[in-house]
Amino acid sequence: MIQQIDYFVIAVPLVLAVVAGLMLLLDAFLPARPTTRISLGLVTLAGVLVSLGLVVAQAIRGGGALATFCVPHELAGALSVGAGTSGAAAPGGQGLCSFVVDQFTLVFAGLILVAAVVVVLLSMTELAGGRIPVGEWYFLLLCTLVGAVTLPASRDLIMLVVALELASLPVFALTGLKRYDGRSSEAAVKLFLVSVVSTAIMLFGVSLLYGVGGSVFLSRLAEVLSGKVTVPGGGGTGAYSSTPEISGGLPMVVTVGVVLVLAGFGFKIAAVPFHSWAADVYQGAPIPVAALLSVISKAAGFAGLILILVATLAGQASTWTPVVAIVAALTMTAGNLLAMRQRSAVRLLAWSSVAQSGYILAPLAVAAAGGATRAAGAGGGATGAAGAGGAGVGGALPVAGAVGASLAYLVIYAAMNLGAFAVVMLVSRAAPRNELDDYRGLAFRSPVAALALAFCLICLAGLPPGLAGLFAKVVVFREIVHGGAGWLAVVMAVNTVIGLYYYIVWTARLFTPDGAARGARRAPPATWIAVGLAVAVAVLFSVAPQLVLSMTSLSASG
Amino acid sequence: MNWLPVALLAVPLLGALLLVVAPNTVRPILPGFGLAVSGVTLAIAVALVVTFDYGRAAQPQFDTDHEWIPGLGIHFHLGIDGISLPLVALTALLTFLCFAYLSWRGGHAPGQLLHPRPGGARPRALVFTLLVLEVGMLGTFLALDLLLFFVFFEIVLIPMYFLIAIWGGAGRRSAAIKFILYTLLGSVVMLLGLLLIWSQTGTLDVLALGRAHGTGMSRAVQVLAFVAVGAGLAVKTPMWPLHTWLPDAHTEAPTVGSVLLAGVLLKMGTYGFARIAIPVLPEGAESVAPWLGAFAVVGIVYGALACLAQRDLKRMIAYSSVGHMGFVLLGFATLTTVGVNGALFANVAHGLITGLLFFLAGAVKERYHTADMRSLGGGMLATLPHLGSVLTFAAIASLGLPGLAGFWGEMLALLGAFQPGDGLPRGLFLTFMVIGGIGAVLTAAYFLVMLSRVTHGLPAAASLIPAVAGGRSHGPPASVAADRDALGVSGRLPAGGRTALPDIHGYELVAWVPLIVLILLLGLWPKLLLSLTTPAVQTLLGAIS
Repeated sequence: MIQQIDYFVIAVPLVLAVVAGLMLLLDAFLPARPTTRISLGLVTLAGVLVSLGLVVAQAIRGGGALATFCVPHELAGALSVGAGTSGAAAPGGQGLCSFVVDQFTLVFAGLILVAAVVVVLLSMTELAGGRIPVGEWYFLLLCTLVGAVTLPASRDLIMLVVALELASLPVFALTGLKRYDGRSSEAAVKLFLVSVVSTAIMLFGVSLLYGVGGSVFLSRLAEVLSGKVTVPGGGGTGAYSSTPEISGGLPMVVTVGVVLVLAGFGFKIAAVPFHSWAADVYQGAPIPVAALLSVISKAAGFAGLILILVATLAGQASTWTPVVAIVAALTMTAGNLLAMRQRSAVRLLAWSSVAQSGYILAPLAVAAAGGATRAAGAGGGATGAAGAGGAGVGGALPVAGAVGASLAYLVIYAAMNLGAFAVVMLVSRAAPRNELDDYRGLAFRSPVAALALAFCLICLAGLPPGLAGLFAKVVVFREIVHGGAGWLAVVMAVNTVIGLYYYIVWTARLFTPDGAARGARRAPPATWIAVGLAVAVAVLFSVAPQLVLSMTSLSASG
Repeated sequence: MNWLPVALLAVPLLGALLLVVAPNTVRPILPGFGLAVSGVTLAIAVALVVTFDYGRAAQPQFDTDHEWIPGLGIHFHLGIDGISLPLVALTALLTFLCFAYLSWRGGHAPGQLLHPRPGGARPRALVFTLLVLEVGMLGTFLALDLLLFFVFFEIVLIPMYFLIAIWGGAGRRSAAIKFILYTLLGSVVMLLGLLLIWSQTGTLDVLALGRAHGTGMSRAVQVLAFVAVGAGLAVKTPMWPLHTWLPDAHTEAPTVGSVLLAGVLLKMGTYGFARIAIPVLPEGAESVAPWLGAFAVVGIVYGALACLAQRDLKRMIAYSSVGHMGFVLLGFATLTTVGVNGALFANVAHGLITGLLFFLAGAVKERYHTADMRSLGGGMLATLPHLGSVLTFAAIASLGLPGLAGFWGEMLALLGAFQPGDGLPRGLFLTFMVIGGIGAVLTAAYFLVMLSRVTHGLPAAASLIPAVAGGRSHGPPASVAADRDALGVSGRLPAGGRTALPDIHGYELVAWVPLIVLILLLGLWPKLLLSLTTPAVQTLLGAIS
């Protein structure tokens, strides 16, 4: 059989991978001069922009989802023979696909690539110091990006795990690239250990799911695990007569698999109880890497989590919804409480990003409830393939309701958090220790930077004039209240207030006059562009939140 | 004329933006700039008052409705009816008077914060903050969409925080933090209530919800939503026992901050009850009203007793707000036309009177460099006759002397409690009325005690005050008090020693006279306001009575 590959579909990761390879070559053959550092950065930037253009091209093309790496119809049918089921085997016209570009994928890819532009701009400033090898840096950065944009498109377990590893592994090296720096090395080792352990746990969970479902394709798994199709392996319940079973004829081991997969992704998004690495790693890593961890890695983690939970395990919602709800509540509370006592700006942002993870996670806790009410409107709900976004392609994930709320929050969070990191990068040039006290009186030394940071912080707190943050919270609140998880809404309300405390104290510090004169070093233009880009997007989302909401298909009627 | 409400918001907003975009152009004309922008806003508000169709006061007029964020179903829906018109006018007026106070004659007097000082008064930031605050306050009273209301409700938080935290007194930082955390907690709970209403009814339009009179929501949902929305509004109002942020915020805020906080921000809470909580959730209101009434009368008595124990003039006025807002809440709790009318009247009257009182407290503090009543000594009527008279006037207006604005609202609220709405326990409300009456007596008591301490009697320790005031040194007031205690009674000097203290300045007179006139006008002619609110109140209570 000849596998047909649609190169337009995989163009985005392909371009990034090619540029990554190019980067190694250029680094090896170009002379080591300061201008080389800049030109390598510009080439990377160009690569990211080209792939961003491809994402836009895919988005405006319209006409439903694209897919490639598909198992043809006949084979898909043959695969399901073992299951001995009715005609529900292949839901779409193209059978089972591993790589699908639908609305969900495009939103994530766009988010990751715009964030990547900011990170590359910040990197150019970081690398100007000359202590970090440039070629390796950009190569690793691009590899991470390849993984991160592939992950939301993955629709089978193997692709998912490989993409997640590709997104994670280069980050250890990026964290440790600041050579001869104790904190940096410590951060790299910590991140490495945490990540490897979480991968191992997740792989075990994934293997259990595969064992039960008999397929690596998410849409197949979803059918098996929701009980629409009997368990493959013949004999239905008979084969498992010696093992305890849950209702619907699925063995108990499914629950174990679900919990292990959840735990694995919990590490990636720094959810409680797997959050303790965040502050040390963020502080030890170079600031662009901290920004990357807080936005790109987190987005990738959430993409995987949503794919696994909502697309695959919708049938097991009764198992994971309470777990996700409790984890979300604990994550936002722990993150906010820890952030309150921080004196270092980066550590504060680290814990605040943990707290924000909790907010992003919260709507998923009611995804099942919301999905049930919306199933009629969305035409097939989360498990079905014929959703609004996917025109008959197996595995396309409709974006609406709870997933839409999470996604909207994530997009807005990315803009405001990157803005904050970009200003922190600016300040770190003058004050290497980067403590909160270094921000005292910033409004008098550099009014534009202070206003940008103040805006981003108030956005993160979710107060006007940071309307983007406010509406992000409103969207999440609405989803939770609608889904009937009142207690989670109250926990989140209290957390919003705790969060406000440290954001507003930091903001007030910016405007407090400071007696001590500080050396004001001119920041390079790349950082200013990064600040401008992130803040402009945050302001745009504040003025017209509709942009995000329509991207994530949230409608008033719900 | 439908563009008037939009213009009302756009003018201060554009003014604030201009300050950011073109700071160098504006800097030389800064005092005049703030005055002009708020003056134009006031002119638009006056145009609204003039062109308002008083025959249809129950209907929202100047209706503007545009879809803003389809994804959230938020409409940019503004309108004015008989309930919001007085508050809009009050807001525009008080903001204008604050600017007049700050910038009259170029703002060079020492009490005017726009006066440039070596420590950095940051006049541009002050004007910016006040203008943004005005946008939020006006928007709250204009909004006819639940989430739009919430957005405006939140907009005031950040400017008020900075107003207290930057231009406030010694303990400003903790007071500002307390203010913003408290009110944000309230408003987040309110947001949950609003979202609950939305998820049950599927609309955010306040008018449609008000017409529906709670259909589509079960009693349990209504009670839950009323408690959530009411809790958020009660923090802002503030209702006992959620008031503890208020005294600190008032004491530490600069004069204009206190005036706007008491005059307008507190009204946003009570306005929410009249606009959203009661009409949208009638059954919930009926169930919770006895509790609301109970908290209200506890607030009245508690506020009065707390005032009796205060030594600081500003703190006392702050606590008096707790008591006055108790009357407003009691009026709402009766769910009768009389009671709610009384509440709305007391609302506006409190804005005028307490605004004036805080202006006066600021003036006193600026002259004596303390607001501690014992340090002030007595005899203000002798040393500063004009200031003393205005203070006496404001105090007796606040204690509810018939013929002044403070009387009608409290009287009507108590009258409403005498005959509460159907379905409410009458015996309980009669008890509330009696307790409220006792509270009114206590209110009179503390204001009279304050007057006897501050304005009456012989001027004491006159020798020390001019030295402090004349040198304009910011000596610690504690030492003044200690010195005077050391001097004892024998240390009294002739009253002539205090002539160095200036009486009312021109800029103060400009800010105060309109308030005094309005207090008299509303006191003598209450129908002016009642005829405006009555039809609207009858409509909003349509489901209950």
